[in-house]
Amino acid sequence: MASRPTAAELAEYEAQADAWFRENTPKDPGFMLPLTFMEVSTDQQFEFLCAWQRKVYEAGYLGASWPVEYGGGGLHPDFQRIATKVMKKYDGPIMLNAIGIGWAGPLIMDIGSEEEKKKYIKGMLNAEDIWCQGFSEPENGSDLGNAQLKAVRDGDEYVLNGSKIWTSLGDRAKYMILLARTSNDGPNKYAGLSFFLSPMHAPGIETRRIKKLTGEYGFVQCFFTDARISAECLMGNEGDGWQIAMKTLEYERGAKVNLAGGYFLKELDAMGVVELARQSQRGGKPLLDDPVMKDRMVDFMMDIQALNLNNQRRRMGPLVQDRPMGLALMNKLARTEMIRELTEFSIGFQGTRGGYYVDDPCAVDNGYWHRSYLNSFSATIGGGTSEIQRNIIAEHVLGLPKGR
Amino acid sequence: MAFSEGNLADHLGGLSYSEEQIELMDVATSFCRDKSPIDKVRKLIADERGYDPAVWQEIVDLGWLGIAVPEAQGGVGLSMAEVAPIAEQMGRRLLATPFATCTIAAQALLAAGDEAQCGEWLPRIVAGEVATLALTEPHGDWNLDHVEATAKASGDGYVLSGTKQFVTYAKDAALVIASVTVEGAVRLVLIERSAIPDGALRREIIIDETKRSYELTLDGITVPASALLDAGRSGTALGQIELASALLQAAEMCGGTQSAIDYTIEYLKTRKQFGKLIGEYQALKHPITNAYVGYEKARSHMLSAAHNFGQQGVGEIAVRMAKASADKAYSFAADRAVQFHGGFGFTHDCDAGLYRRSAIWHASQYGDAAWHRAKLADLLF
Repeated sequence: MASRPTAAELAEYEAQADAWFRENTPKDPGFMLPLTFMEVSTDQQFEFLCAWQRKVYEAGYLGASWPVEYGGGGLHPDFQRIATKVMKKYDGPIMLNAIGIGWAGPLIMDIGSEEEKKKYIKGMLNAEDIWCQGFSEPENGSDLGNAQLKAVRDGDEYVLNGSKIWTSLGDRAKYMILLARTSNDGPNKYAGLSFFLSPMHAPGIETRRIKKLTGEYGFVQCFFTDARISAECLMGNEGDGWQIAMKTLEYERGAKVNLAGGYFLKELDAMGVVELARQSQRGGKPLLDDPVMKDRMVDFMMDIQALNLNNQRRRMGPLVQDRPMGLALMNKLARTEMIRELTEFSIGFQGTRGGYYVDDPCAVDNGYWHRSYLNSFSATIGGGTSEIQRNIIAEHVLGLPKGR
Repeated sequence: MAFSEGNLADHLGGLSYSEEQIELMDVATSFCRDKSPIDKVRKLIADERGYDPAVWQEIVDLGWLGIAVPEAQGGVGLSMAEVAPIAEQMGRRLLATPFATCTIAAQALLAAGDEAQCGEWLPRIVAGEVATLALTEPHGDWNLDHVEATAKASGDGYVLSGTKQFVTYAKDAALVIASVTVEGAVRLVLIERSAIPDGALRREIIIDETKRSYELTLDGITVPASALLDAGRSGTALGQIELASALLQAAEMCGGTQSAIDYTIEYLKTRKQFGKLIGEYQALKHPITNAYVGYEKARSHMLSAAHNFGQQGVGEIAVRMAKASADKAYSFAADRAVQFHGGFGFTHDCDAGLYRRSAIWHASQYGDAAWHRAKLADLLF
């Protein structure tokens, strides 16, 4: 790894990044941009976001800390952290290739072979190669370890049969991180799973778009029918699939640092909710004159602040001595549930106008709050439902027994 | 979607810690664990004094009474931030002593006492003489400005009247700091224990059996004029007393919440029903996880309150959030602790009851969650 930079070097870098993002962060493109990488509906949105990610990468503000030989910037991670911070400050569009740079990339950097690093990393960073994730199946959502998509070795190839679902960007991706079953003979269901870096453009792989609760598109169901992929797509050995998938989920759940940088989810401005409440009326008076509404709002502010503090504290060893992993593992649960409740609450402010939806000319903030609320379920369900998160915390942090 | 991580920090304060804080936390963690095992806590419930004088002396010898007292007055010269981790561990082990009330009394003196008053009492408090506060009254109002007790000039001094409640550890106290009105204005007054007739103290039956509290009848007690604290600073002092108390309570409550959860987890890991450990059932597993999440949030607020204590604006917000959050977390965790112990939970022998009662006690003093949220609403919106 590159040597630790001085404060002066970081300050200079920050000034450069600041100038670049101020200059280059796109203004309103005149059409609705997705709030997260999970609801890219139109070609227009897709192309716009690809172009933006490429531009950020080419300017050196994405993958800045990944090695130069694979397409990164070769800098110390502190530089990327600064770049990401500045990116957030200017509140530009999301980085589209989330599964690539946020999940598959760190995984390949951690445990991938030299060939895999050379083959995949650069294309992730410049958004040429979009990635998707093939974990959930129609019959196996929360029970991921029971995945049934079959991968049967046949010479230099594997033959895939089965289906994956809730695959964000599945219709646009070039590669998929795929959890498949290579055996049923192991001591348990996990032992027969294997992990593939699979191409999406192969005969026998088809996708069908799924319309979401919000009315948008963005994810698909994938059907694998005698699809053949190279045996080189196997990551690690047969039977390693569960361990590798769990490692990947650690990136997804935020328990590990995001090495490539960038952000994939648009941030909800908590103060924006307060602003909305201030503009809203009830019985001819400001909504925040109502002690009940005010009390609930205070409760949310406390919750938001608690998560903010948790995030600072989780890196402070002496302040997390008793259960060092607790704050990291509860982050996804606490954050996504809070956002679901807060956005739901914000719809209530709007009185009759709470009845409008996105694109109606009279909708408050063009339906942003409704869309945010409906979308919030993608985070309380995806990546392991809140209920699964509670099991994880109970079992891994509190030491409670497994069993459902 | 995620909310902006940093955008509230400017308004609400961040988090940091001092080396001294961590050292004290480590010492307090083992001290309180060793000195206050649960059987001893239960034995002291039946004791009139309610605490072990030998342990009290050790606390004094450790210098803990002087942590937030300046060195010039015999203290250590740190701040309330360093007191909080000690209170947390005391709450965790239900180690009841006059520690909190002495610490707050010292803060009251620092806030409104003159040189002579501070010079007289702070070294004595640091040396282990008990000082306590007499602020609340039969009307039950949490608003400390609501004072009906009076002090009327009489000769060289003042004659007091009225009733004060929840004067903790008053029986052992060398000094009681009471709020009264003098000609309509709220003032703090120092009452030496020797001026209080035995009949003026009635031991109260309080929900938290590990603590001791008294009603104090002021009628007829006289004090010299030099016993009144500064008129100009008494109002500010009450505000500081409220916040310092709320901080220490939040810390004690966080400790108690942790224990209520740990105690319940042990049970869920050992008790079997229908052939399974009951901790396997999500109906129990998920709520205890929610309690744990609530605890960690409350602890973050508490540590932030300790760190930001005394900062103009931000400090008050952080403290009120800490108390409100601790009340919510402790009440929920202890309530579920009772329920999840089933029939045993309903017995006096089950420790869950100790935590539940402790949480109610803390909520009843210096404001519960709803009270602090109402105050926060005025501060934030």
